[in-house]
Amino acid sequence: MICLTTKNQQLKTKIMIWNKNKECMSREEMRQLQGARLRKLVDNVYHNVPFYREKMQAMNIMPDDIKTIDDIKKLPFTTKQDLRDNYPFGLNAVPQSAIVRVHASSGTTGNPTVVGYTRRDLAVWSESIARCLGAFGASREDTISVAYGYGLFTGGLGLHYGVEHLGASVVPTSSGNTDKHILLIKDLGITGVACTPSYALHMAEVMRKKGITPEDLKLRIGIFGGEPWTENMRKSLEEKLQINAYNIYGLSEIMGPGVSHECECKNGSHIIEDHFFPEIINPETCEVLPEGEQGELVFTTLTKEGMPLLRYRTKDLCSLIYEPCECGRTSVRMTRIMGRSDDMLIIRGINVFPSQIESVILQLPEFEPQYLLVVTRENNRDNLEVQVELKEEYYSDEINKTIEMRDKLARRLQSVLSISADVKIVSPNTLERSVGKSKRVIDKRVLE
Amino acid sequence: MIVKQLSVFLENRAGRINEVAKVLAANGVDMLAFSLAESSDFGILRLLVSDNALASKILKEAHFAVKESDVVCVEVSNKPGALASIVENISSKNISIEYMYAFAQGGVANIVIKTADIDACVAAIG
Repeated sequence: MICLTTKNQQLKTKIMIWNKNKECMSREEMRQLQGARLRKLVDNVYHNVPFYREKMQAMNIMPDDIKTIDDIKKLPFTTKQDLRDNYPFGLNAVPQSAIVRVHASSGTTGNPTVVGYTRRDLAVWSESIARCLGAFGASREDTISVAYGYGLFTGGLGLHYGVEHLGASVVPTSSGNTDKHILLIKDLGITGVACTPSYALHMAEVMRKKGITPEDLKLRIGIFGGEPWTENMRKSLEEKLQINAYNIYGLSEIMGPGVSHECECKNGSHIIEDHFFPEIINPETCEVLPEGEQGELVFTTLTKEGMPLLRYRTKDLCSLIYEPCECGRTSVRMTRIMGRSDDMLIIRGINVFPSQIESVILQLPEFEPQYLLVVTRENNRDNLEVQVELKEEYYSDEINKTIEMRDKLARRLQSVLSISADVKIVSPNTLERSVGKSKRVIDKRVLE
Repeated sequence: MIVKQLSVFLENRAGRINEVAKVLAANGVDMLAFSLAESSDFGILRLLVSDNALASKILKEAHFAVKESDVVCVEVSNKPGALASIVENISSKNISIEYMYAFAQGGVANIVIKTADIDACVAAIG
């Protein structure tokens, strides 16, 4: 058994495995379970989701063709575009009366991606997060603040109910009020904090300025996700806050946070694979890649009822590790996300597509369609600058009129992206014309 | 009287004003007056020049956003109280001034005034 070294050497915590039965299954048993669940899933979507029935019929695949988990290769993929095309509830496999909650992420063309959950889906989600928290060394003795945004975003409420399911105390701070959050961490003896790693670095900096040291706090666990981060950031967070910092991964289309998680070995994130079956494909050819090769991560929701998805393409690039982990878990691990196979940016934990920004600019007659996005990170806070040109006739001799146009675009962007952007008007003909979308983004962030 | 003013949009970075001045100088355009208004990330340079058409053309060729607008230019004597009486006349007619600037030469001063209603402004000044 591996022991965690905390700031207080006497407090050695024995890390538990929340669901040993599932997390430590032999590979063969897991494959059997996944196969059985896949057969049920395919039967379900074939009969209850017209989109999948049509796709399978077009490919000449019947539910009976799916016998083992290896047959998953025969099934069609699902993309974010399919979700948009079937907005809002077209991919649901249950009647609306069975849906008890809806989450949504911002959409590119006005339509957000909407995900409906049944009561059982929420139970699976909480179970998944309890497994994550268990692997981070949390138990019912802990008090955990959830500083992800509460609302349509899955981060806040997802973690919230997972912490309750574990039996720990949850403090729903949500995001935004750093001073109050730090006060609560100190006064309530909060032991774990769930937020984006960059926000945690920001918090550490604010604490330092306030003269609060880790010795003043009981904080010992960081539950960090929502954006890519690095080993150096982990080192920095662990030093500054005197905690163990762990990665939690997820995406709202599949469930939300809790699809995979690190353990005390901090060597890859264990996928909750009895519920979420992972594959790695070549993003160009869509063929499944051999074990260990890097490619696009694809998930099939083996047990989901509300909006079950076959082979959903995450666009996240990583590889899978099938060797058993030293922590005792046998579940497959995914490496850090090495990049994206599309142009999505993650800014302050929120997914942003350049096409969303483009569509907002195109709606406003004052602006030329060209734009340039400059993403920077200052004091651990991501900043998005949107450079635009006015159409010639809108350049004014008056400051106020120009500021009005700038602020109008900034407000529209805020409402579509759910994060604020700095709009910068530049001189005419200074932004490059007719270049690929990738050239419209300059990401200056260096993840140290 | 009503005169044509040029305004040039400037990004807030070093050397932008210099670039405008150089373009005008290279083409022999004389600046009679200018004022610079700034916000945190951009500025607007307003100019009265010797040749509007030429200045406008060459600045546009140099990728500046140039706008021509009507402003009121009033000549007053360069002595205390001259400005006050002009502004008094304008505000008594409830005309709000968007912005103004002035330049003086010896005994006379010129005041450049931008309002939403230029004709009303001219009438108010009398």
